[in-house]
Amino acid sequence: MRCSRRWVANVLSVTEIPAPPKRTATVALRGATLRFGARELWAGLDLDVVPGEFVAVLGPNGSGKTSLLKVLLGLQRLTSGSVSVCGRTPRRGSDLVGYIPQQKAFDRDLPLRGRDLVRLGLDGHRWGTALPSRAARARVDQAIESVGATAFADAPLGTLSGGEQQRLRIAQALLGDPRVLLCDEPLLSLDLAHQQATSALIDARRRDADTSVLFVTHEINPVLPLVDRVLYLVGGRWAIGTPDEVMTSARLSELYDTDVDVLRVRGRIVVVGAPDAAHGDPGASHHHHPVDDDHDEPGVRSWA
Amino acid sequence: MGLGDYLQLGFVQHALIAGGLVAIISGLIGPFVITRRAAFAVHGTAELSFTGAAAGLVVADDAVGGALIGSIVVAAAIGVLGVRERERDSAIGVILAFGLGAGVFLLSHYHGFTNSATSILFGSIFTVSDDQIWLLLAVAGGVLVTMAVLYRPLLFASVDPDVAEARGVRGRLVGLAFLVVLALTVTEAAQIVGTLLVLSLAITPAAAAQRLSARPAVVTGLSILFALVSSLGGLIASLETPSVKASVWITTISFALYVLARLAGARVIVRRRVVAPAPA
Repeated sequence: MRCSRRWVANVLSVTEIPAPPKRTATVALRGATLRFGARELWAGLDLDVVPGEFVAVLGPNGSGKTSLLKVLLGLQRLTSGSVSVCGRTPRRGSDLVGYIPQQKAFDRDLPLRGRDLVRLGLDGHRWGTALPSRAARARVDQAIESVGATAFADAPLGTLSGGEQQRLRIAQALLGDPRVLLCDEPLLSLDLAHQQATSALIDARRRDADTSVLFVTHEINPVLPLVDRVLYLVGGRWAIGTPDEVMTSARLSELYDTDVDVLRVRGRIVVVGAPDAAHGDPGASHHHHPVDDDHDEPGVRSWA
Repeated sequence: MGLGDYLQLGFVQHALIAGGLVAIISGLIGPFVITRRAAFAVHGTAELSFTGAAAGLVVADDAVGGALIGSIVVAAAIGVLGVRERERDSAIGVILAFGLGAGVFLLSHYHGFTNSATSILFGSIFTVSDDQIWLLLAVAGGVLVTMAVLYRPLLFASVDPDVAEARGVRGRLVGLAFLVVLALTVTEAAQIVGTLLVLSLAITPAAAAQRLSARPAVVTGLSILFALVSSLGGLIASLETPSVKASVWITTISFALYVLARLAGARVIVRRRVVAPAPA
């Protein structure tokens, strides 16, 4: 029941009660280990994400951030340990999870409007042909409106800016009314204003609907005010805690097994000396590597 | 003899039925061929239907059956060797080169009429037999049903593969199924209208349609319409002009539609909205 929509409405109507009931985790990992051949991405990972919580997933390339999302999407099995989403084993195509990818370049003449992209989020994974349906159209319209994309939803996708595209991505992911939002670098290659707009929409969703957010990113600063906890993955080791607990010189030096300095400059976190410079150096784009070995499962094509 | 008289003739009716069916299935797969960048796969499977036909002749004296079975083998080979999009075109090139060589070798061991193999390359729309019409109907029916089942996940996997995969679409399965549909369509089209015309029915109409709309359903509808106009228009025009072959008319009409669509489309697509100010 903790994952049902009705429960959300109840919470909103009983906000006067001082101590809310203990919340059941939307995402639960126990001793989760993922290994590809001899390479261990992470081991013994324990994580409980509560409804409405915003967890930033950080770590260098190849540390298994994207693979963690794939586990939660039901696309990748754990080597050992257990995982559940809303008490159930993750399953392909489940409406319990929504997925927001990084912005990508669509061809200008791709025959697809913004609205069509959103609609695919509703039932694009089902066999058959989508017949015109007033109910579906109303849901799509409403999702588009909720992200402020009505003005450009009928334009060809390839003519939209990265920021406009990401608004539609959020609408697409929210159509299934997910309890968990998985975001894989959704701010990458957006300018500052659109980074803020996009993260504000994700933040609004988790506050309004108590949706948990797992946010994979190389750069914590744009979302730092939103982050409840950080999951930091480095070469098989991991740390979990509030940004203040995890983003310290001592903790990261321990994780990276080398001297790392974490500096706080004007409310921003700057990490110096981390191999692979996973998320320091605001504004730098060295993480945008064409062969990101985070996407390391053999045989899966173009998972970005 | 006027056009009305021609239309009474059995072989003309056969040609129109065959041309119409081929146009419908070619126009239907066209938008996906473009979105999935599979134009070379169309070309490759079209040419390789020659090899299948040659193999069919050697084994069972059946060029058409050989071509159809061969096309499924080719689709599977492209699907298996070209898993990654970047290596797909080179995989097709490899299969195409080897396949044509094998076709020549097979044909050298066939002592019947080599005509039936070479007609696969160039098509023979005015000699379509009853049997061929029935086979074509069956293939076209199969293609239509498969595409109806495949349409939504295929669209998702074609335009947005990562999110489609995350939502549970089995991209590889869907892609392989589409390759088989493509190969069957192309092979049927090739023996009716020839390899040359396959491209002008499977790609040109869809390319023209894309210039006029960004709605997937409208693009598919226009693509089928343009393919039908080219195919039937070309056949009828060739009846009136005995010195010009149907294939010339068909390629010319579909190319003319494409040019017109490009000219008109420049205005249609760029009709873009005023950007709404992003709320802070």
